[in-house]
Amino acid sequence: MKSSALSPCQILHLSQPQEVNMKTSLRHIYTIAKRELGVYFTSPLAYVFIVIFLLLCSFFTFFVSGFFERGDASLNRSFFDWHPWFYLFLVPAAGMRLWAEERRTGTIELLLTLPITPWQAIVGKFVASWIFLGVALLLTFPIWITVNYLGNPDNGVILCGYIGSWLMAGAYLGISSLASALTRSQVVSFIISVVICLFLLLCGFPPVINMLERIAASDTWRWIVELIASFSIITHFDGFGRGVIDLRDLLYFISVIVFGLYTTGVVIRAYRAG
Amino acid sequence: MNSKGFAPMIKVENLTKDFGPKRAVDNVSFTVERGEVLGFLGPNGAGKSTTMRMITGFIPPTAGRVTIGGYDVAEQPIKAKQLLGYLPENAPSYHDMTVYGFLNFIAEIRGYTGEAKKKAVNRVVELCFLESVLHQSIDTLSKGFKHRTCLAQAILHDPPVLVLDEPTDGLDPNQKHEVRTLIREMGRNKAIIFSTHILEEVDAACTRAIIIDRGKIVANGTPDQLRKLSKYAGAVTVRLRDVPRATALARLEQIQFASHTSVLEEKEGTITLQIFPKTGGADDQLLKAVSEAVHGWRIELLKVEEGRLDEVFRSITMPDTAPVTTSRS
Repeated sequence: MKSSALSPCQILHLSQPQEVNMKTSLRHIYTIAKRELGVYFTSPLAYVFIVIFLLLCSFFTFFVSGFFERGDASLNRSFFDWHPWFYLFLVPAAGMRLWAEERRTGTIELLLTLPITPWQAIVGKFVASWIFLGVALLLTFPIWITVNYLGNPDNGVILCGYIGSWLMAGAYLGISSLASALTRSQVVSFIISVVICLFLLLCGFPPVINMLERIAASDTWRWIVELIASFSIITHFDGFGRGVIDLRDLLYFISVIVFGLYTTGVVIRAYRAG
Repeated sequence: MNSKGFAPMIKVENLTKDFGPKRAVDNVSFTVERGEVLGFLGPNGAGKSTTMRMITGFIPPTAGRVTIGGYDVAEQPIKAKQLLGYLPENAPSYHDMTVYGFLNFIAEIRGYTGEAKKKAVNRVVELCFLESVLHQSIDTLSKGFKHRTCLAQAILHDPPVLVLDEPTDGLDPNQKHEVRTLIREMGRNKAIIFSTHILEEVDAACTRAIIIDRGKIVANGTPDQLRKLSKYAGAVTVRLRDVPRATALARLEQIQFASHTSVLEEKEGTITLQIFPKTGGADDQLLKAVSEAVHGWRIELLKVEEGRLDEVFRSITMPDTAPVTTSRS
């Protein structure tokens, strides 16, 4: 990339101006992701995480939501509606060690002096955690089997819900990656990402929106309420649960991920510059 | 650009690093050629690690430039890092992996696959004596093994340039010896920088040493050259029995090559004196003159001081402190 036009990587300042071979890039990302995934599954954290996630899912779906009383063979209200709230705690827990641990143990120095670009490390780590969250999500398949056994649900809608849920987990994870890069303490990283995610969650939560609308009742301030609501994870996730993949929702989650990873890169650069 | 053969493997030009208002490294320049082992000395906080982090591209310099094998670390970091093996301070490694898993990860990142990967990993496992712990999780290992695991990682791809930050820190004497031997052997065809605050290591492994203090290079030379900086270098120490102090001093002070004579110790009928040479004299002149002067007396000791690195180190990095005495009787 010696041309005068800046490549996206250069604009993002994530990689240095030199030929970044796509194939080697992917190989590095793959190697890093493989290592990270290996670490997830050799530590008890992964199993604790998955068990808690599955317990929460089943408990809330079957008991709290009253799945059986509804008599409705769908997973929208009873299952997917809980996900933004589960993820609020579980995703920061899965992502908190990504960079904080590297900073605490000093391995970040090792990692970033290997012949890889920082963004390969950032993406590799992100992908590993995202795959891990995907595995946890896929393990909820008994709920899908149950609903198919009991009734005749629209499996397209359910698939859509799963895709949305995974994208949402990715968005939370982008934020967690950023929070993790900010500190060497996993606890601090966890708290920071929960707070940011809580903001993204609450700004679309109906009671909060109602309150904001009461405060800004006049038409002149309405756009602010709408703007805030448009940042919300819930508003954008809602469509997926109903089986609608809206390009704007897709774009929203992808932008949150890209923003999270880009700022992770900025934070790491700042950390290295001292 | 990359004029291999001419360009030094490591070239550091006017390297400067500020942390806020504090200048950690101040205009440091040096080069290391293939076949050289450069010892990087300095008190704690002198800027050794910061310099090394800039050489390896972990932190960007405030000003200045580093090239590794002709590649600018800031502009072509991947190319530069491929030529480089780095042992960071405290030898970090992924504690949740096994030694084997960790080395395989590094090998894969370095581009090794299949048979070549196996060979590369086996080579360093042998070099660093890691067979016995190969399938153990790194966090269960002793400090020495952790250290050697990280060292193995640094030399896995047999790089032409090695940067080792305190490679013998925390090792027992035997392990220290092994690591020093390894460094000296590898130094024959690599360019190596290693930092230490153990001065005997400079003699044991280095072909050249740099002393850095408060971010600046204060001395640069072979261990012998550095020793010569000592004010004791070339001084002659002599211990006489049954010779009165005044007589001895009177005769010794007449030696024309001597600048002055001092009494180090007087006890149980012996007197130990040290005669300092005038600057610019030939090496053996003073010794000859002294041995002639003391002829006929009972001599218990007569030797030329080589100068000691620790004394040089102290007088350079702590100029206000009185230097340690060099008498080793």
